[in-house]
Order: sequence, then structure tokens, then C-alpha cells
Amino acid sequence: MQTLQQRAELMRQIRQFFYQRNVLEVDTPLLARHGVTDPHLENLTTALTAGPDGQPLKLSLQTSPEYAMKRLLAQYRTSIFQLSHVFRDDEIGRQHNPEFSLVEWYRVGFNLVELIAEVSELIQYVTDAPPIIAHTYQEIFVQCTGWDPLQGEGISAIHRHLKTRTDTRDWMEKETDPDTILQVAFNLLVEPELPSDTPVAITHFPRSQAALARVCPEDERVSLRFEIYYHGIELANGYDELTDTDEQNRRFVEDNAKRRQLQRAERTADEYLLAALRHGMPPCSGVALGFDRLLMIALNKDQISSVVPFSIANC
Amino acid sequence: MANYSTNEFKGGLKIMQDGEPCSIVENEMVKPGKGQAFNRVKIRKLISGKVVEKTFKSGESVEGADVIELELAYLYNDGEFWHFMNNETFEQVAADAKAVSDAEKWLVEQDVCTLTLWEGNPINVQPPNFVELEVTETDPGLKGDTAGTGGKPATLSTGAVVRVPLFVQIGEVIKVDTRSGEYVSRVQK
Repeated sequence: MQTLQQRAELMRQIRQFFYQRNVLEVDTPLLARHGVTDPHLENLTTALTAGPDGQPLKLSLQTSPEYAMKRLLAQYRTSIFQLSHVFRDDEIGRQHNPEFSLVEWYRVGFNLVELIAEVSELIQYVTDAPPIIAHTYQEIFVQCTGWDPLQGEGISAIHRHLKTRTDTRDWMEKETDPDTILQVAFNLLVEPELPSDTPVAITHFPRSQAALARVCPEDERVSLRFEIYYHGIELANGYDELTDTDEQNRRFVEDNAKRRQLQRAERTADEYLLAALRHGMPPCSGVALGFDRLLMIALNKDQISSVVPFSIANC
Repeated sequence: MANYSTNEFKGGLKIMQDGEPCSIVENEMVKPGKGQAFNRVKIRKLISGKVVEKTFKSGESVEGADVIELELAYLYNDGEFWHFMNNETFEQVAADAKAVSDAEKWLVEQDVCTLTLWEGNPINVQPPNFVELEVTETDPGLKGDTAGTGGKPATLSTGAVVRVPLFVQIGEVIKVDTRSGEYVSRVQK
């Protein structure tokens, strides 16, 4: 009962935080004709026996409300937030439940620095955290490993190192994807070095890990994407949002090329999102923050199953 | 032997790694918000007993290990092999010194032990958690103490040496925790 009350209180506080800032609450549909093209995410799907035209209709449960919220941004050009359940296939673990909750919000006119400051204020509003400290991806990587993740030579050195470690050797002998090599190194060598009692923002991820962030105009090797880590948990992921239709289209194509490489089914680009971008999305920054993970941190629990009413094991 | 995908990984699953049968101790899925999911796994190598960490790309398959565990009663040692018997089928299994290893000093006739077999051959013998053994040698001169002074060494009928309270005498039977090698209590004969 206590956890359920604390969960309700956290939802109330988050809503209050955004109400005070005049950010409009939205609740976009979780069923959509299109899924996500992200090479490493899989949508759960369902189907209507008969859609609006009387024909069966296959629908994807959304992995985040991102595409729908961006359509609203293009239409109404105002800051919005959403507290939403989302669904991801293949994700079960200590910090993963296939159905979980996100706090996702978009701030029209905000740059990355302003949005990170707001994430920091939200975390401080609901926990006793100190203010966020920020590091660039390159800076923290060099500091923790001595290798530069933005240079081919640095990535080769990291790869060589992972091939000598007994825990990664077998896999790394076969692995060729530079981003996967960097992600494994980040998890094993950088994450354990991050302070746990202070939220940390890692900014400027490599261009190849931009997802839906703009490329940094001052340094094309990196993107305007950040991640927040707190208490050893990856808590949030945000972008200075891509608003360019052609670039968005290219990312869809790149994603699908990668999906083919990974032997995953390709996904059709969401034409509604592309239409919204063509119509014109205002410059904005947006972030998705794991609601259940924030609750885990606030209550000092190390299992997501301890903070949801029923986990996938008994739902 | 079947292959297992990483999403079938769980504690106790037996897999082959580095040519050795292993048991999964802990399995944790790591999924960066944007990026390749992988499993960080702690495994115990069943022959060497070593616990090591490994990472596997999620979705990868790993060869299963043909490992079974049997509850068998200890019969006798013929100088080269230790013989065990299934009390229901009366089938016998012989384990060599490598498999018996440290368990040797806790083997009591008729006690039921857990034997791990890989491809039909014993690779590990786990004695019961508690065994009862007779004290064959200990300093008889020390007396009077109850507890707390650290006691004295005592040699048991199997050759094991444990620390016992000062009041324990030669010829008495004591109960020992085989996991820690510690004295638990005296046993009324």
C-alpha cells in the first residue's frame, strides 16, 4: 500500500511540476499504424478485426509517445508533456519490464542546456538530489578509459582492450559494429565510474548514435543528444530535436539498413510524422524519463518489479 | 545437446563455455535506451569451481551442457575410486579423486551426497550440509570452558580437522557444517 501511495504521489508531483510551468498535458494514443524504426527496439503488435474501412488492421503498441507528440508539436507549436505507459518487446530484467511508464516532454524554443536544467529541476523537485553535473561523451570516455571514442584509432584501441578481457573476449572477437563496441565499453568502463549520488548528464553522443537528435552544428562528429544517469540507472534520454524532413527520412533509411544487418524486419517510415515535419515542427528539445526508474531511485529499490503494481511475472 | 538463446538464461541453467560445463549463477539484461541489448552473466565453471563474468549479445545462442545432478549414497573408497549408489535403482557410480576433491573429508557411509555428472561422468561431489563424525584425536587435558575462547583442534575419523570447544573429548561424535567446516554441536550416541 505504501509503494502504491508513493507511486501516486510521484505522478501527482510530476503533473504539478509541469502545471506550474504551463506545459500542456496530452495523452496520445498508444495504438498506431506504424512502429518505431530504431534498430534496437521492437514494438508489440495487435490487430483490429475490422478497421475504419472494414478491413483487418494491424497496429503497433508504442515504444514511446514520441512520434505522436511530435505531430502535436507541429500542429499546435506549444510545449507538451505526457505520463504514459509504453511497451517494448524483449525487455525483461531488474530495470526492465515490457510495459512501463515514461514521462516525456517537449519544450518549444529550449536548447539542450535549458532542457537539461529543467530535467535537473524535476529530479530535485521529487527527490533530494543535488543539481545535475554535465560531461560530454568524449570527455567522460577519455577520462575513464584514456581512449577517444570519436577517433577510429580510439575505437580500435577500445576494441582491442575488450578482446583481451575474459568477460567480453568471445563476443568481441566477432563484433564489428563500432557503436556496439562503444556501448559495451561505456557500460563496463564508464558507467561504474559515474558518481551515484549525483545525477549526471552525458551530452554530445557520437553522430552514429544520434537517434532523433540534430547533428551538432559546431562539431559534426557528435549529436545534440543527452542521457541522464543517476544511482547507476540510465534514467532519461533527450534531444535537441531533429526538425528537418529530409534528414528524418535519411535516419529512417539508415535505421532500416541497420535492421537488415541485424536480421530484423524492416519498418515502414511513419508517414504521419514525416508529414508533420514537412508542415513544420518548431525548434524544440524533448526528453523521455523512466517514471518507474525515478520511483526506484526515490524509494531506494533495485528492482522495477518492486515499484509497479504488477510486473510481467504476475500480470 | 540443445542450444539456449540468451533470453532463456536463468540461474541454474547449464551451458558450455571455454570447453567446460558451467552453471549460470546470475543473469542481468543490459539494454541501453538506444543500442544493442546484452546479457551480463556470472557463471560457475563446474570442474574448476571458478566463478567468472561473461557478456553475451542478446539473441545469441550458446551450447547447453549435458549436466545432471544425482542424489547418491556414499558406499566406500577402493583406494582409487569413491563409490556411490542410487538408493532406489541400486545403480552405482564411481567418482575419481578430482571429482571428490575436498569433499573426501566429509564422506560418511550411507550419507546422501549430490553428484554432478557431465556426459555421464562425475565431475563434482557435494557432501550433505551437515555430517556427524567421531573425534579420533584432540588434546584431552583442556577442560572447563564453555564457549568463546576459540576452542582446540580435533581430528575426526575421516581425517578432517575442525576447531571444537574444550569440553569435546576423544570418542565423542560431533555435528559439523561441511560448507564452513565449523563445529555445530555434540551428538548423543
